[in-house]
Amino acid sequence: MKEKTLITLEHISKSFDGEMVLDDLCLDIHENEFVTLLGPSGCGKTTTLRIIGGFVTPDKGKVLFEGNDITNLPPYQRELNTVFQKYALFPNMSIAENIAFGLKIKKKSKEYINDKIKYALKLVNLEGYENRRPEILSGGQQQRIAIARAIVNEPKVLLLDEPLGALDLKLRQDMQYELIRLKNELGITFIYVTHDQEEALTMSDKIVVMNQGYIQQMGTPEKIYNEPENAFVADFVGDSNIVDAVFLRDELVEIFGAKFPCVDKGFGKNKPVDVVIRPEDIDLLEPGKGSLDGVVTHIIFKGVHYEMEVRTPDGFEWLVHSTDMFPVGTPVSIHVDPFDIQIMNKPQSEDEEAIGVEE
Amino acid sequence: MKKLKKFFGAAYLGLIFVFLYAPIVTLIVYSFNSGKGRQWTGFSFTWYEKLFNSASIGNAVGNTLSIALLSSIIATVIGVISCIGINALKNKSRAVYMAINNIPLLNSDLVTGLSLMLLFIAVGVTSGYPTVLLAHITFNVPYVILSVLPRLRQTNKSAYEAAIDLGAKPAYAFYKVVIPEIMPGIISGFLMAFTMSLDDFIITHFTKGPGINTISTLIYSEVRRGVKPDMNALSTIMFLSAIVLLVLSNLVSKKQVGEVKAAAGEKKSKQAV
Repeated sequence: MKEKTLITLEHISKSFDGEMVLDDLCLDIHENEFVTLLGPSGCGKTTTLRIIGGFVTPDKGKVLFEGNDITNLPPYQRELNTVFQKYALFPNMSIAENIAFGLKIKKKSKEYINDKIKYALKLVNLEGYENRRPEILSGGQQQRIAIARAIVNEPKVLLLDEPLGALDLKLRQDMQYELIRLKNELGITFIYVTHDQEEALTMSDKIVVMNQGYIQQMGTPEKIYNEPENAFVADFVGDSNIVDAVFLRDELVEIFGAKFPCVDKGFGKNKPVDVVIRPEDIDLLEPGKGSLDGVVTHIIFKGVHYEMEVRTPDGFEWLVHSTDMFPVGTPVSIHVDPFDIQIMNKPQSEDEEAIGVEE
Repeated sequence: MKKLKKFFGAAYLGLIFVFLYAPIVTLIVYSFNSGKGRQWTGFSFTWYEKLFNSASIGNAVGNTLSIALLSSIIATVIGVISCIGINALKNKSRAVYMAINNIPLLNSDLVTGLSLMLLFIAVGVTSGYPTVLLAHITFNVPYVILSVLPRLRQTNKSAYEAAIDLGAKPAYAFYKVVIPEIMPGIISGFLMAFTMSLDDFIITHFTKGPGINTISTLIYSEVRRGVKPDMNALSTIMFLSAIVLLVLSNLVSKKQVGEVKAAAGEKKSKQAV
């Protein structure tokens, strides 16, 4: 099935006060997708969203919406709506007036508006809130009203700028499921901005990992998590062990002098590479039975699992997640299944180095 | 001991009020004196009658009110527009603009009045009603900016963007979303400008030219030629109007505070449920 492209960003560049925020960014967003722009603060994700929303004009490049150039169209003429990070409800209006704001501008009939208000409030589980004032609602409720206010306009795309950022953990998790449900019920495209990798993994159909104005990797949550393309993505999305290694030949890699079978091919022969191993993919065995011996130096109970650090003779501290407990001082041996080893090319130029992990 | 403390406290407070209000009370009492001198010759409304029958006083009252109203309305419009501009500036230039805005507030009225007079002469404008109005607008604008800008800085910028996002043109979004939020600032700025204009003597005195008077310049010129009891009556009326205005503005702001408190209370009770 070929998906229809809804929004295309073509070679977008933007700088503020001489500081480059986005550099030659290209991105396709398909119809009915839940796309998340993920990255640390200052990576350009919010600027990208504001360019799509029309609040920021790019210095270079084009924004296409269903094939039409909308780069210079003001926000009020775009067929998309935004949910802002700070609940941007209008404090001088009731909930119903807030939701009706866009519809009144479009000169819809009174019955139509009332029906829409009812429908939207039901959709966000806040029936009967029509006559309340925004300031007496909780943060989560306000954000749901902001979503209701946006979706009554039947936008083809809903832009969400860290909408859950100000909510507490439990509420945030509830709202994540709520957003997934909403997206499925409405059948529209969501473009979501967050710095929370867990949020991104939970909700998205496609994640766009960004750093310093560049797209680092694009793909499904599974692909981003299991097959990070570079050290930045591996480090930013989930916990990981990133180690220097040598790719001896196809399906064999050497880490700290020990040979690990893997499933990757085509990286050349005796070539230095980066290897990513997720902490939950490391099995601890009795000394000598695995590929690399070491000693447990640290252990913390995390609820679902134990988080341990294992020091190998070369001095590297491996992060290991396991439901089995190994007390500090226990000699262990590290074993990793071949398909859990993710090989990445080392950054080649200085440019690529610059977009990598900052430590 | 406690009683004594209370007594001294009350006595001290009473003394302060006596010092503050004795002159005004004297003025009010003399305004009802039937005679002209300092001798109490009996209660009468003579001076009030005279006041209401005098054309020059009627004129002065009319000028004072119309100048106060016009200048404060125009200054409010100019002030609000300036605030939008200043608010959009970067921090550094905003600080510079605010410093420039504050200078006229600290400046002596004498300097402001004199320099305005010189300016009007230099550009060849004949002194009269328009020059007084212009002068009042000039010194009122900074007060409006001072009371509107903090309010504007507090507003949630996303609310304005949300309105634009929902299809509102910038002017409509400003009118529907930003203006209501900064309304308390606008009202207090307007009231401040209005009272400043009502009160002003020095700047008016320098810019008015012959043939036009406001209440304050009229009282000044009348009293200079000996005490006129009808001026006592006029001052009494001005004092009472000021009190009425003060009570009214207090009631308005109390109502606003009450609304906020009620909303907060409602929220609290809801959380309890």
